[in-house]
Amino acid sequence: MATLSTREKLAILSDAAKYDASCASSGAEKRNSAKTGGIGSTEGMGICHSYAPDGRCISLLKILLTNFCIYDCSYCINRSSSNVRRARFGVDEVVRLTMEFYRRNYIEGLFLSSGVIRSPDETMGELVEVARRLREEENFAGYIHLKTIPECSDDLVEKAGRYADRLSINIEMPTDEGLNALAPEKRPDTIRLSMASLRRKLEDFAEPTLKTKRTRRFATGGQSTQMIVGADAASDDTILATSARLYGSYRLKRVYYSAFSPIPDSSSALPSKKPPLMREHRLYQADWLMRFYGFQQKEILSGAPDGMLDLAVDPKLAWALRNRARFPLDVNRAPRELLLRVPGLGTKAVDRIVQTRRHRRLRLEDVGRLTASVAQVRPFIVAEGWSPGRLTDDARLRERLAPVPRQLALL
Amino acid sequence: MNAAPQLALAAHTIALAGPADFAGWREAARRLAMEGVEAAEIAWIVEATADRTRLPVTLPRKGEGNAVGGTSTIDALPGRDSSPSPLRGGVRGGGKLPSSLDGRDGERSRSLLVPRDFVERAEAVICHCDPQRFSFLYRMLLRLQNEPHLLRIASDPDIRAFEAMEKAVKRDIHKMRAFVRFRRIGTDSGERYVAWFEPSHFIVERNAPFFVRRFTGMQWSILTPYLSAHWDGATLRLGPGGSRSDAPADDGAEELWRTYYQNIFNPARLKPKAMQAEMPKKYWRNLPEASLIPQLIAGADEAAKEMVARMPTTPAPHHAKVQSKHWPVRDGGGRNDATDGAEQGAATIAELRVQAKGCHRCPLWRDATQTVFGEGPEDAEVLFVGEQPGDQEDLAGKPFVGPAGKVFDAVLDEAEIDRQKTYVTNAVKHFKFEPRGKRRIHAKPNAGEVQACRWWLDQELGLIRPKLAVALGATAALSLLGKAIPVTKMRGQVMEREDGLRVFLTIHPSFILRIREPDEKEAERARFLDDMKTVKRLMAG
Repeated sequence: MATLSTREKLAILSDAAKYDASCASSGAEKRNSAKTGGIGSTEGMGICHSYAPDGRCISLLKILLTNFCIYDCSYCINRSSSNVRRARFGVDEVVRLTMEFYRRNYIEGLFLSSGVIRSPDETMGELVEVARRLREEENFAGYIHLKTIPECSDDLVEKAGRYADRLSINIEMPTDEGLNALAPEKRPDTIRLSMASLRRKLEDFAEPTLKTKRTRRFATGGQSTQMIVGADAASDDTILATSARLYGSYRLKRVYYSAFSPIPDSSSALPSKKPPLMREHRLYQADWLMRFYGFQQKEILSGAPDGMLDLAVDPKLAWALRNRARFPLDVNRAPRELLLRVPGLGTKAVDRIVQTRRHRRLRLEDVGRLTASVAQVRPFIVAEGWSPGRLTDDARLRERLAPVPRQLALL
Repeated sequence: MNAAPQLALAAHTIALAGPADFAGWREAARRLAMEGVEAAEIAWIVEATADRTRLPVTLPRKGEGNAVGGTSTIDALPGRDSSPSPLRGGVRGGGKLPSSLDGRDGERSRSLLVPRDFVERAEAVICHCDPQRFSFLYRMLLRLQNEPHLLRIASDPDIRAFEAMEKAVKRDIHKMRAFVRFRRIGTDSGERYVAWFEPSHFIVERNAPFFVRRFTGMQWSILTPYLSAHWDGATLRLGPGGSRSDAPADDGAEELWRTYYQNIFNPARLKPKAMQAEMPKKYWRNLPEASLIPQLIAGADEAAKEMVARMPTTPAPHHAKVQSKHWPVRDGGGRNDATDGAEQGAATIAELRVQAKGCHRCPLWRDATQTVFGEGPEDAEVLFVGEQPGDQEDLAGKPFVGPAGKVFDAVLDEAEIDRQKTYVTNAVKHFKFEPRGKRRIHAKPNAGEVQACRWWLDQELGLIRPKLAVALGATAALSLLGKAIPVTKMRGQVMEREDGLRVFLTIHPSFILRIREPDEKEAERARFLDDMKTVKRLMAG
């Protein structure tokens, strides 16, 4: 193989990394370079330095160390049977690229993953070495996210956690059966065990040691994972149940949903169609309901016959339409946890309602000032001088509230 | 909005040193408010050098440099404060509620009181480009004297405006952190990174410390139309505004950055509106990657169609080699069938444990992390049976290591039973739970699950042949004796199974943990200790 330039490798290895949805750079410990005189900071809130025309945030330099891989997962562009061009970065090159990009303020840091070559330990060892060099030799205090190879040794995971802000292990498929069918060499049980082990380490390291009374650094941004949506037949209900299990069992910071996208040189085992972007969007909304709105996973789709989220309306509105007997709620009296269930009211709007009503009674127009769309909220609330009357039970309420379908673009 | 008509009528004209001169505004506002001056009587002007032609919103599109004039706004900008560095941490209202507007405690009688967050938030709002901001904030200040809770009334139109301005400034600050693009130049004192940026509000002074904290080890300059910030590795200096042509025109690294931008984009997911919502076009001209956007959008449909239409090809040439080298066992039924060969019975506990790893006898394996098998020597005289693994046991893969396990260990210790010499297991070997946010709530296994898992317990009993089995709780009793037993009533008793095995009945140690009342808890623990002492005697006998 002819020697590739850094630019050619960058083209291949960023193309190979783009199917990983995560680009978050938030939630890490706060630190900066004021005292060290180095380069880099993380101040809690992540920063998106650019946006690609796919609407996705570009926060990190997201690349693979190599796209050579001994696994043959049919959904993956880098599977061993794929005819995609292959490349491999040296540790040096990744360190240099990261620093050059960071100094110019293109990125918040690095998200490094890799195809597995030779052995999991060897691959993980190189990922860790990149992170170590950035921290110890370049005095880099920016964000580092390392993908963890499930089969690698404990020792390497501990080192990875020392240098990285976040570690992640991809669950890939919503069910073990799905993974077995599409990724025959991957072991669902190993993936679970790795996540369990990561959670234990995150909790152990968060405790001060007996000797020094200080905590040791370990991936302060926690762990996350990604699930591919639409490559197998799993329903949204199944997907959300898996997410709820992962959040509860392994205390994940995030579960990312990645609409299965056709890949160049795809496998015949998979659907060749446009990625289900709206479905992905609805799954994120449902995920939010579980994490910030106090919904139990089983509630979200209870009463929905096919276990699928309604693509036309958001999951909270869909839930409210199926549970109209619980409405209307009085915005001047209802407790916060119930107001969170009103379609169109976000967590911020609810907090502001609760805060404001201590001082004055809220009218519908007051609520209108606190939320983006009072039309959606109206049928579900009572306010000073406002009662929805029969609107709540209107048979055509869904049609009235569902956005008018846009004309689809020709493919 | 035009401030000119006000000027003519105003009784008081206040000249501020710069467009975001909070210290100047604060001093004047305090004095005027105490004198009872109405908002309409005051004209706020920014001193001539900081004239309105420099407002980012009214910037001429071409030949920006000319309109600026030669005088330096900037040296005056940090305000009347004698220490001109914006790194000084800002003027804060202090931690008390309410806070005095002048921040000096001794002069309470002569100061105005405002809610503690007003000062902090007004400092952001004053960076807004709206020419009425000074007057607006003054009006807010007056209202706060009569309505101390005003800031909490989110539905008030003034508060809406205040919040909207604050939000706009914060967003602008955030976008500056995101979209500043440095270009490297060589200078006499080494390399320097220079950026040209066009903010929408007067945020440079407020935002510069962020860049200091982040790029401490670099020398850099950020140039904007109204103000520039320079860092030499030790001090931050603010200087006059500049023009785009003052910044370098290119940087070698931009080609690599564009390569990255182009390849990280997935044409099958084209959503240009989502992109523009977060990265409005006004920023594009200063982003080296933005020149690619039109061609990426134009080519996306074609590229996506090609990906969808392209037929799957034959496997890559190296694929067969990789397969035979790394996954040689694959033809023998696949690598994933941990269940293969399981459940045929085993000669040792170790073998049995391996078989149990892939157990699918009931659906509990789906949500659990792993099978938590029994632990202990094969010649153990006593075998303890709990209900099922909990959260900690599920993670660790070992029985009785969580909170209940700790109680169990301590009590065994006091009863002088060496846990290492006993065999400890559970009636059900996968953790059954309901997820609740970031927790798992223990769920009781049903009779079917206990029945399914009994197969493993029977195997364990068969291999170990203990003198005594201890049922810790009702589920264990059900599994060992095949029927429901009221354990709290029958605790301390020994029942004999048909096969001759003696089963001692007691409670599960988690029962002790669930008791809230300390005396009751202690009494229950003492009863459990008595039970364990009985077990000790039974072991000896």
